[in-house]
Amino acid sequence: MKRVLLSGNEAVARGAYEAGVRVAAAYPGTPSTEILESIAQYPEIYAEWSPNEKVAFDVAAGSSMAGARSLVAMKHVGANVAADSLLTLSYTGLHGGLVLVSADDPGMHSSQNEQDNRYYAKFAQILMLEPADSQEAKDYTLLGLELSERFDTPVLLRLTTRVSHSKGPVSLGKRKEYLPGGFIKDPPKWVMVPGYARARHPIVLKRVERLQRYAERTRINRIEWGNREVGIITSGISYQYAKETLPSASFLKLGISYPLPSKLISHFASQVKRIVVVEELEPFLEEQLRGLGISAEGKQLFPRIGELNPELVEKGLRRAGLLALKRRPQPRGKDLPPLFSRPPVLCPGCPHMGIMLALRELKIIATGDIGCYTLAALPPMQAIDTCIAMGSSIGNALGIEKALPGESSSKIAAVIGDSTFIHSGIPALLDVAYNRGRVMVILLDNRTTAMTGGQDHPGTGITLKGEESHKLDLFRLCQALGIESVREVDPYNLQKTRAVLQEELDSPLPSVIITNRPCILLGMGKKGIAYSVDAGKCIGCRLCLQLGCPALHWEPNGGRGKGVAGIDALSCYTCGLCAQLCKHEAIRQGDEA
Amino acid sequence: MRRGVQNILIAGVGGQGVLLASEIIAEAALMSGFQVKKSEIHGMAQRGGVVTSHVRYGERVYSPLIPVGEVDMILAFEEAEALRWAATLDEEGILIVNRQRILPPLVTLGLADYPHDISSAFSSLEDRYMEVEAFSLAQEMGDLRLVNTIMLGAASVLLRIPLASWNRSLREKLPESLLDLNRAAFEKGRHLVTAKTKQT
Repeated sequence: MKRVLLSGNEAVARGAYEAGVRVAAAYPGTPSTEILESIAQYPEIYAEWSPNEKVAFDVAAGSSMAGARSLVAMKHVGANVAADSLLTLSYTGLHGGLVLVSADDPGMHSSQNEQDNRYYAKFAQILMLEPADSQEAKDYTLLGLELSERFDTPVLLRLTTRVSHSKGPVSLGKRKEYLPGGFIKDPPKWVMVPGYARARHPIVLKRVERLQRYAERTRINRIEWGNREVGIITSGISYQYAKETLPSASFLKLGISYPLPSKLISHFASQVKRIVVVEELEPFLEEQLRGLGISAEGKQLFPRIGELNPELVEKGLRRAGLLALKRRPQPRGKDLPPLFSRPPVLCPGCPHMGIMLALRELKIIATGDIGCYTLAALPPMQAIDTCIAMGSSIGNALGIEKALPGESSSKIAAVIGDSTFIHSGIPALLDVAYNRGRVMVILLDNRTTAMTGGQDHPGTGITLKGEESHKLDLFRLCQALGIESVREVDPYNLQKTRAVLQEELDSPLPSVIITNRPCILLGMGKKGIAYSVDAGKCIGCRLCLQLGCPALHWEPNGGRGKGVAGIDALSCYTCGLCAQLCKHEAIRQGDEA
Repeated sequence: MRRGVQNILIAGVGGQGVLLASEIIAEAALMSGFQVKKSEIHGMAQRGGVVTSHVRYGERVYSPLIPVGEVDMILAFEEAEALRWAATLDEEGILIVNRQRILPPLVTLGLADYPHDISSAFSSLEDRYMEVEAFSLAQEMGDLRLVNTIMLGAASVLLRIPLASWNRSLREKLPESLLDLNRAAFEKGRHLVTAKTKQT
């Protein structure tokens, strides 16, 4: 059997392929994005970027209704968007196997919160599988689809950043085709009107009991006997950290972390002196163990916040007195000089820079959204005042406006990207038009889902499979929603951008201002001759540095006895914004010589 | 090697090819019959931020993250990043640093200082500290992207992965058109270290 190195995400994709999945859908979101990108490589599978996670879930659910094996992937917060459908699909059950992959982000490497989506399995009363490495990610995807059909339940395959983005060896198998059985009309199963839904609820509870009996005997809930002084109960990536730190202990590794195998757990607990639960984020297992009357040590030893790692697990086990003091090399950190941080920054020539600067100059409240432009909330730009969830900017802006006395307050701006607007900004903009709001929406249309690495969406007119498709016309869409003033601006033209923002600020009507420059990483723009600073003319006012462009820097001794700005010719994207900012004509295209 | 596991931390700045370098090491280790795990963070880190990748190989690897203090080799693609990660090194670990400075916005805006001399911070490492001129070599060879294969060549002299596996991995992970140039860069990297070890 061929063994290759795959990330957890790639392994899920491989599992979907081997399991005969026919339809897969997702909205991009770190750390889940590569699942669908990898699935799209298999011609046997229909794969799509959906406008948002709920639509993605509904597409996969529909495919399952038609009897095809289906998969839907999302980041943890995406599951909040899909939850509406998920909680009722739990009642109907399905036809073809359906796996929902939730990639959680403990530690918030690239997220706005670190919610623990294991609670969704309990909330929706569905089966949850938690792989601990890439091989298990593949195996559990296959198993999940099988169990989904056997128990008539959606299956939550819960990954975390460390499983999604770590690579390990995976044995490859062949694809097995499952032809869809077709949609079978069965209103009591599929039509969740109250009368039918009431009949389904007891079925859901019975299913949990059946799943629990399965969990008692499955091999993926396994005991690894070791020293009986301590038994460690764990799942997912936490298993690896615990095994790394205390390999001599007895382990109960749970591949199914909902519903829990209570008999197996009680048996394990009866054979060891102490029970320690090693789990990331919430005390999900610990609380359930307590419900079984088992006193387990967990969150008193390990943090409830952030990502676990071998050090934190070691620290906890040491606190529990389970690890002798290990001789460790002295960290060299103390005698090293303090070091600056390297926060993420907008790219040189990023089309978000100019308009965010113009927005900041207006000194108004600006609600923000999820995307690269959220970086404009940080210094030196500090142009955006909020960031909550996908699509929230517009509703938040309308709410602020409605709460504050109308005449006295100036307009509220909402900043949102093209992909985020399509995801969930559209209904909010409709709300502004419908409820006579005045919000000034700045729609940053860079023709891609930039933050997650540049995925297509309905506004690009290209599908995940690379096919040309209908291209959404944002301009006409906004008009159709009821916004009369829809304006296009070139964010590389600072003067005009400022003028348009000011006009719309002064207008009593709501508006949408759409920027027209693509993300520089798409390689669509043409790079011209780099700009440079005339050290003789530069007075060192640092106005240009406000852009936060990585191509600009400060040269403390660049001028005669004074500091001047400088431009790195290699990274200059030649957008010309810094030259437009300069009041002394010190920045121009071409060499200073 | 602790419990038969070799731990390599590759550190640099977004855009330097850290992730590709770790791919090549991991693949070469797999081809040599080891169990391999590799871990890194994507996403926001790519926008000019710090990028690290952990590669672990041996008979049996559990955690994809290397425990702090157990790193056998740090491959630092940038000087300040060598400082940032040095504390994770094992007491017998080796630090290889590419002589290149990438200034973050805090420094270019004049709000923070870049450390003047990093080598003095590592004097206690003695011969386990190695500076290599990967950046200037890559410049000479006409492609800055070669920094990562030069660094890999340097690392390869000190790692227990057969040369044949390195070659196969390079062939698998690099586009055909860039293979010859990268092989030459890999060789140059090897020479940098063999020359240094002969001196001592």
